[in-house]
Amino acid sequence: MKPGYVRRFSPAERLLHWVNAAGFFFLLATGLILYLPRLSMLVSRRQLIQSLHFWAGVGWLGALAVVVLLGGRRLLATARELDTFDSDDLRWLRGRGGPQGRFNAGQKINAVLTAAFTILFGVSGLLLWFGEQDTRYRFASTVVLHDGLMYVSLLLLVGHLYLALIHPATRHALRGMTLGSVDADWAARHHAKWKPE
Amino acid sequence: MDSPTVTEHDPDQPRRYGRRLFLATVAGGLTSLYWGKAAWDHVSGAISPVTSAVLPGGGWRIYTISGNMPVFDPASWRLKIGGLVEQPVSLSYDELRALPRVEQVSTFHCVTGWTVNDVHWGGVRIGDVLDRARPKASGHALRFVSMEVPYVDYLTMPQAALRDVMLAYEMDGKPLPQEHGAPVRLIIPEMYGYKNVKWLQGIDVVPQAVDGYWEDLGYDRNAWVGRSNGYGA
Repeated sequence: MKPGYVRRFSPAERLLHWVNAAGFFFLLATGLILYLPRLSMLVSRRQLIQSLHFWAGVGWLGALAVVVLLGGRRLLATARELDTFDSDDLRWLRGRGGPQGRFNAGQKINAVLTAAFTILFGVSGLLLWFGEQDTRYRFASTVVLHDGLMYVSLLLLVGHLYLALIHPATRHALRGMTLGSVDADWAARHHAKWKPE
Repeated sequence: MDSPTVTEHDPDQPRRYGRRLFLATVAGGLTSLYWGKAAWDHVSGAISPVTSAVLPGGGWRIYTISGNMPVFDPASWRLKIGGLVEQPVSLSYDELRALPRVEQVSTFHCVTGWTVNDVHWGGVRIGDVLDRARPKASGHALRFVSMEVPYVDYLTMPQAALRDVMLAYEMDGKPLPQEHGAPVRLIIPEMYGYKNVKWLQGIDVVPQAVDGYWEDLGYDRNAWVGRSNGYGA
C-alpha cells in the first residue's frame, strides 16, 4: 500500500462488487434488447437473447453465491456493518451531518436494497422463465415486478455512478473499490468514525 | 426496586435497520406478485398520457419466434384467402386498403402480464375480406398464417365474428410498423396477444380450430383475457 493510504475494501468485497456489476450490466444489456422495441428490431434473435439473459442470470446468482460462501466470515462482518445504523447515521440521512463509519448511511441503504433486489430479480426471472412453460408459475404481476426492479435499479445505478465517477468530493472512493485502498486524509474527512485496520 | 433498570430505547444504541429494510423490500416485492399489476394499472391509468410518453416503446414489447423479422414488400405482398372457399382471393396492399375502412380503440393484453391501453387501430373487418371469397358451409374456423414461419393461429367463426375483431393495417394513426406486424395483423382484443397474429400473409377457411403455434407450447386455444392460461377461475 502507498504511504498515506489505508485499506478500505477486502479482496472478497471487491470481488463481490465486480461480479455483481459485471452480471448486472450484461443482464441489463440483454434485458433491454428484449424490452425495448427499437433494440428488439435491431437484434431480432429473441430466442437467443432470451436464453442468454436467462442463463446469464442463473450464472450471476450462482457466482454471487460462490463469492459469498468463499468470503465467509469476512463478508459476514461486512453485512453486520451494513445492517447497523446508529444515531449519527440517522442524523446523516436527515442531511444534518453526523460522522460516518466505513460505510455512510446512504451506502448502507444502497447495498441493502441491491441485495434485496438481487433476490427479487432472481425470483421474478425464474417465474418468468418457468411461467412460459407451466401456468402454475404464471402470475400477471411477475413482469411488473421484474420491470419495476429494473427501473429502480437503474435510478440507483445512475446515482451510484455519478458519486463514484463524477462528483468531485466522492469519486476518490472508486480507488477503494478497484485497488482496495483510499487516501487516509480523505477517509478521515468522509468516514470520520472509521478506524482503518 | 433494587434491580438494575434497563433502558429500552437508548438513542445511542445502534439499530439493525439494514435487515429490516432488506426483509421489508423482499417481502414487499414477493407480495407484489399478487397486487403489483392491479396497482400499476391503477397508477398508469391515472397517468397514462405520461407513461405512454415516458415508457420506451409506449409499453409494448416485441415478441418474435424466429431469427428474422418479416419484411413487408408492397410490390410482392399478397393476403391470400383460401381453404374452404368458393373463390380463392389474393389481395394486394392497395386492394386491402380499398375495402371499407373501420377504426377502433381497444386495449391490448399480453399473456405475460403487460397491457397497452387505448390503442388506436385502423383496418378492415374480417367479414368484408371473407365475403369476397365466399366461405363454404363446411368451414367453421379460420387459420391465420404469418409471414413469420411457422407462426399460425386459429379462431372459430363465432370468435372471428366478434364485433371488434379486425385486420389492422394502421396503429395510432400511422401505417402498422414492422415490429407490430406490417403490413397487417389480426386484432382480437378479447384474447391475449398471441392470438393476434402479426405479419399476416394468409387466411384459410378450415373445418375446425386446432392448436396454433403457442397452443402447441401449452397455451390455451381459447385465450380469453382474464379467463384462460391459469388466470381467473
